[in-house]
Amino acid sequence: MHEGVSFRIFRWVVVTFLAVFTLVPFYVMVTSSLKPLGDVQGDFHWWPTHATVRPFVDIWSTVPLAHYFANSLIVCVLSTIFSVIVAIFAAYAVSRYRFRGRNVFTGTVLSTQMFPGILFLLPLFLIFVNIDKGLGFTALYQTRLGLIITYLTFSLPFSIWMLASYLEGIPRDLDESARVDGANAMGALFRVVLPAARPGVIAVAVYAFMTSWGEILFASQMTNDSTKTLSIGLQNYATAINVYWNQVMAASLVVSVPVVVGFLLLQRYLVTGLTSGAVK
Amino acid sequence: MVPYLMVLPAILLELLVHIIPMLVGIWMSFVELTQFYISNWASAPWAGLGNYKIALDVHSPIGSDLLHSFAITIVYTVIVVGVSWTLGMSAALVLQNSFRGRGVLRTMFLVPYSLPIYAGVITWSFMFQRDNGLVNHILVNDLHLMGSPSFWLIGNKAFASMAVVAIWRSWPFAFLMLTAGMQSIPGDMYDAAAVDGAGIWRQARHITMAMLRPVNVVLVLMLFLWTFNDFNTPFVLFGPTAPKSADIISIHIYSNSFVNWNFGLGSAMSVLLLLFLLVVTGIWLLATRRGSRRA
Repeated sequence: MHEGVSFRIFRWVVVTFLAVFTLVPFYVMVTSSLKPLGDVQGDFHWWPTHATVRPFVDIWSTVPLAHYFANSLIVCVLSTIFSVIVAIFAAYAVSRYRFRGRNVFTGTVLSTQMFPGILFLLPLFLIFVNIDKGLGFTALYQTRLGLIITYLTFSLPFSIWMLASYLEGIPRDLDESARVDGANAMGALFRVVLPAARPGVIAVAVYAFMTSWGEILFASQMTNDSTKTLSIGLQNYATAINVYWNQVMAASLVVSVPVVVGFLLLQRYLVTGLTSGAVK
Repeated sequence: MVPYLMVLPAILLELLVHIIPMLVGIWMSFVELTQFYISNWASAPWAGLGNYKIALDVHSPIGSDLLHSFAITIVYTVIVVGVSWTLGMSAALVLQNSFRGRGVLRTMFLVPYSLPIYAGVITWSFMFQRDNGLVNHILVNDLHLMGSPSFWLIGNKAFASMAVVAIWRSWPFAFLMLTAGMQSIPGDMYDAAAVDGAGIWRQARHITMAMLRPVNVVLVLMLFLWTFNDFNTPFVLFGPTAPKSADIISIHIYSNSFVNWNFGLGSAMSVLLLLFLLVVTGIWLLATRRGSRRA
């Protein structure tokens, strides 16, 4: 396609502006994480007076970061696994069967996605507290189990929707030929359909993991000191009387690595998943 | 039988975490659910429309604060969605044709979206610090645009800071959706238009924008709902209570509910918020459907 001069200039302006806007916070994060404390307390320095890795050592003792990290990993990995499994079954049913209540199901599930989180937080808080009171021990309120159940449902609507659209794109002949060969519905799903739907499944898993890794609203009320996840744990640095900004930046960098690396590795799948899922 | 068994786990979870809590939330908005009754909900006294009357009485401090919060949420949403969409669209357009470095730029633009929300927003809150932040350093020391450093996270400037952070966070999503949408536009359409003598700007307007209409309907709605319900940006920037200029609706209901432990009133506000979102979404879907039927 022929691009005129005006288009090239426009492209240059847009790309430059967005690159600066996008990258400045990353620049601040990386350089500040290598600064000695003095550099982040006075006037801002573009460059560390001398580079040090001390912040990366100190973050583990200033707050129990490793503990929060473990909590986040447990909660996010488990909720992602269960969310993907539940979504696969639901999406397969929605894309391959015409059953009564199918439209009600997809409509209801999708519409919960648009509701404000605060609408669910207050009742869930109350329900969890009262279920625990009925049981006589703490099962859901401020526990990892309560968080896992909540998070796995959060990513469910979008996952089902995306996966169902993805499965629609996989020819039915595939299932049918497997059925002819003697496989039942489950066999067809696991042996034929799922392998073909791998990019969609991966995209959904990445989405579910990122959603729960970054969740703040529920974590702020539904965790305590021993179940706290990173999203709330990181705030502990900021509320300290003397904010060690170099450590805050180092910690932010460390907690971002798992998701950013995962995202970059799977970016291709995510875009294909979205292309066939969201855009129809 | 098979399909019902397959959707059963999803239904149970949706019931437990979404549907039942929503019904409980509606019930809560009609009872006097203060801290004495939170672990003893059965004995909470019925309040009728009492909570709604308090929330909607614009002459009382609670009602007028809610109205104020609602108004700034609308301004916030219009600005953040408008700018995010414009940036996402511009980036998707200029990266539509392949050139050297396109892949790198694409990946780079998506990174803010992949970063955990709190990590990105905490970095911005460091940049916005008065005495040791980058923003004041640039404005005062490097560019000399301002005589003295200002407070970006308290007072009236907090609103602008919050909007910038939210745009930084959400424009990559617009970019991602629009890029994905452009990939499904057949290349022949552009070739045909080029043969007819249409330049790149006309092609962008008449082919790309027209073909992206269905994507845009979904994208704008999603951006609207996320921004209107945004809790994370103000919470990480300001903590559980936001400055008045940045006290958007989710954090407003949150701080009202958990500072005073009045869940009944908080639920009434949440239900009002839900009703508003339902009405706006309904109008949007109707309007866009009618538009596409005409087209």
